[in-house]
Amino acid sequence: MHEMALSESIVEIALEEALKQGARRVTRVFLDVGALSPIEPEALEFCFSAVASGTAAEGATLEIARVPGAGWCLDCEKSVPLAERFGACPQCGCWRVQMTAGDEMKIREMEID
Amino acid sequence: MCSVCGCGEAQIVLDKDAVGGAHAHGLHDHPHDHDHPHDHDHDHDDRHHHREDGAIDYGGGIGGAHVPGLSQERIVRIERDILSKNDAYARDNRRAFAAKRVFALNFVSSPGSGKTSLLVKTIEALKDRIAVTVIEGDQQTSNDAERIRATGAPAVQINTGKGCHLDAHMVGHALETLAPPPGSALFIENVGNLVCPAAFDLGEAHKVVVLSVTEGEDKPLKYPDMFAAADLLLLNKSDLLPHLDFDVGKCLGNALRVNPRLQTLIVSAKTGEGLAAFVAWIEASAARRAADMAKG
Repeated sequence: MHEMALSESIVEIALEEALKQGARRVTRVFLDVGALSPIEPEALEFCFSAVASGTAAEGATLEIARVPGAGWCLDCEKSVPLAERFGACPQCGCWRVQMTAGDEMKIREMEID
Repeated sequence: MCSVCGCGEAQIVLDKDAVGGAHAHGLHDHPHDHDHPHDHDHDHDDRHHHREDGAIDYGGGIGGAHVPGLSQERIVRIERDILSKNDAYARDNRRAFAAKRVFALNFVSSPGSGKTSLLVKTIEALKDRIAVTVIEGDQQTSNDAERIRATGAPAVQINTGKGCHLDAHMVGHALETLAPPPGSALFIENVGNLVCPAAFDLGEAHKVVVLSVTEGEDKPLKYPDMFAAADLLLLNKSDLLPHLDFDVGKCLGNALRVNPRLQTLIVSAKTGEGLAAFVAWIEASAARRAADMAKG
């Protein structure tokens, strides 16, 4: 359940930015979460609401944008979709694929009030 | 979270209270102001009807203005990695290690792979040449730290409670107590878990993943993040190989598929097989790192 630790980090960063902006409340937090990242979105939402409770981010919604996995296949010499972090190329079946997208774990922006 | 000084989880809670405390008044005030926006909501700004908490104060916002149809809500761009807090602590640790030429290794594995036994044997083989200190991470008990201290090496136990991994902040606090001497090696034994510790940089020079031959050959494929994050794989309990159908070549092949740069050693904490190679790896890697740092 590292989603708990990640949620603490999200809430800390959101509250820090909210203080900087002189906001009273954080109402929405927008995340980019790659499909190949070690985050389970449902677990993250659950943990986030627990961690945010009692803070200025209480009740804020998490808007999670899933970034699909992609990689560069050295054999096909093109970008291919990637379903697993170290998966094979879905077109040629070779393993020489370098991940180019899908491991994002980023707080993109937030809505404050 | 950090039971070294007792501040970890409390610290985070305190942070929340500190920020939340300032807002608590605001939130308490809301019920009063709150009635007004509800009146206003009938006239304008449809968007707020979607917000079920209704705690929106048109007149008390940042703009301090009450303009019909104009929301006080703002979107702020952040663009920060979720792990940026941990990574900042990890950078501090790394800087502290560099200043004292401390060679830090982060040992990760599933529970029961034999990490602690392996560390005990490694410390015994190393201690006449390099001073070693240890940070032990477990959810509960200080059994492992006691086993390490029996070798004569100083050890600090971190109990993570419900936590499934060590983070850089906990390690930073443990360092205050442990104070590893200049030129020493620091072994950090992470919580037994092949998933979560992969994402948390502690400031170490290398992650060392320990896998025992009683586990499946496909562990590197099932838990690729950890094998991708590690620089060295120690395949432990090799003394049991004659009794098992474990295919060493297949296991190492799976690990290399996930991480082509991974170095691998076959070891046994019981018989001492491969330990000389691991000790040589530590000394050579520490020397190379010290040389790299001297170059800047």
